[in-house]
Amino acid sequence: MNPHRRSPFVIAAATMVYIFLYAPIVVLILYSFNASRANVKFEGFITQFSDRIEMDGSMVEASPCGPFHWYCDLAKNDDVMEAAQNTLIIAFTATIIATTIGTMAAIALQRYDFKIKPFSQLTLYIPIVIPEIVMGIGILTLFSQTFGWLNNVLHLAGDARLALGIGTVTVSHIAFMVPFVTLVVQARLQGFDKSFEEAAMDLGANEWVTFRRVTFPMILPGVLSGALLAFTLSLDDFVITFFTNGPGSTTLPIYVYGLLRRIITPQVNALSTVWILVVFIAVVLLQWLQNREEKIKH
Amino acid sequence: MLQRLRESKSMQGTLLALPTTAWLFVLLIIPLILTLVVSFGQRTPDGNVVYTFSLDNYIRLFGYSTDCSDGQASCFDPLYVNILWRSLSLAFNTTAIVIMMAYPLSYFIARAQPKQRNVFLFMVLIPLWTNFVIRVYAWMMLLRKEGAINAIIGWAAHLLGLHFTPLEMLYTPGAVLVGMVYEFLPFMILPIYTSLEKIDNSLYEAAADLGANALRTFLRVTLPLSMPGVVAGTILVFIPVMGTFIVSDILGGRQVILVGNLIQRQFLDARDPTFGSAASLILMVMTLIVTYFYTRKFGFGEEIVVA
Repeated sequence: MNPHRRSPFVIAAATMVYIFLYAPIVVLILYSFNASRANVKFEGFITQFSDRIEMDGSMVEASPCGPFHWYCDLAKNDDVMEAAQNTLIIAFTATIIATTIGTMAAIALQRYDFKIKPFSQLTLYIPIVIPEIVMGIGILTLFSQTFGWLNNVLHLAGDARLALGIGTVTVSHIAFMVPFVTLVVQARLQGFDKSFEEAAMDLGANEWVTFRRVTFPMILPGVLSGALLAFTLSLDDFVITFFTNGPGSTTLPIYVYGLLRRIITPQVNALSTVWILVVFIAVVLLQWLQNREEKIKH
Repeated sequence: MLQRLRESKSMQGTLLALPTTAWLFVLLIIPLILTLVVSFGQRTPDGNVVYTFSLDNYIRLFGYSTDCSDGQASCFDPLYVNILWRSLSLAFNTTAIVIMMAYPLSYFIARAQPKQRNVFLFMVLIPLWTNFVIRVYAWMMLLRKEGAINAIIGWAAHLLGLHFTPLEMLYTPGAVLVGMVYEFLPFMILPIYTSLEKIDNSLYEAAADLGANALRTFLRVTLPLSMPGVVAGTILVFIPVMGTFIVSDILGGRQVILVGNLIQRQFLDARDPTFGSAASLILMVMTLIVTYFYTRKFGFGEEIVVA
């Protein structure tokens, strides 16, 4: 019996699901080239490379980018650039901290015995079993109550007042990212025998040298994929950011959400297309890393 | 002190785990306790919270109302109970549809040649990693009256010489259901694929040798062995669907209000965090109860971590 034999039904169903997955993305990308500001119907591609083009029946100013008009427009949009910058600052900072403390916790949970171990392990499952909105409003309440109290007690005024911003978003992102890093690194550590570390210790290496020369190189691929997972979770997050951001800390998902409730020009599609492209490259990179790792293992 | 640390394995472990555990304690557990405390409170007209021990918010949530039309002091107002029920049934429907769509695709990927397998899996990851908000927006473009779906049907009707009135699809419960299915489909595909891929080929051979036909092999071998993946996928789909508010916000307009929308509005528009906190805790309890009974029946899938 051929193990790769699939019935026509399975092939047809799989094809339909793939169409369902990709049709919205194709439409989204197509409309980023739309020669219509209203963006309701697809009016064809922009063909003129000039400063003034005809759009929706009247002459309008344009970036001389031809079909890529909306992409050039996007590059000139300061709000988008600021949101992109915020998103990256938050994602990088949160990933570095989450990966560091998450990896430490994974080592502790996998290689040590200590009193609060069951509790430490249990807290990791909270973000999986509780809806994000419940975490979001809880964190919002925590920040608003403690900030209100501290501002009062310390008589903070003006710019010194504690308020929601990039800091609160980053701190909250770390909270939902850490469990994923820890669980990924823990899974990696599970696959390795403790005897490697014990052998290093027997040969006279102290704990630090053992960690640096044996444990760390072993778990590095796990740490990297955990970090990449955490990074994408942060880039993608809407709910937690929605409740913890303040003036000046708008991220891209929050910015796009704001636009969807007002006017939607093909600029949003251009932004989405760039995003999809970046994600595509990131996923290819991740796959490449994993493949390389598997080759080394074998 | 340092000497003791060097000798005590337990102290080293505690110190290594401490940053993470403390972080999660402060930002996940304390907020949950605060939410509980606030839900028993009452709000002042300016949106502040007075800490009392009052069950008013819960009573209101389950239908007790003092704003009655026929002059009675109190009556049953099903508004919030309906919202809770709507969210619960939408989550069940979404999960059921997602399982039916994800299973054949996962099966297709798991039975592909190893080299193709990665490509097919990769094709599932791309939409998953495209931003959540962007994916809802894409459906908005498809479902609009002047959108892509109506345009394609209209074009087909035109070719056949038929008259076609564009369908009103956006801002309906159906649009919300489609959006939810689209958002969470990949979360079901990955765990089901993981458990299908683990099944040893010799089991299929054994089933065939013993005379089982394709259907019997599927029902007696494939399906039972892939249940851990279905369970893990269900947890990964059901819980977020219960709490999501963007999909209903954008694809449902003001027509489809779910518990997520209710909570969000209490915190941002209605300025009643006490009622929002009560709703949020009820949401949490509902998801935990469903997850508990579901996992007790089918076991907690370890595939959850793999996905």
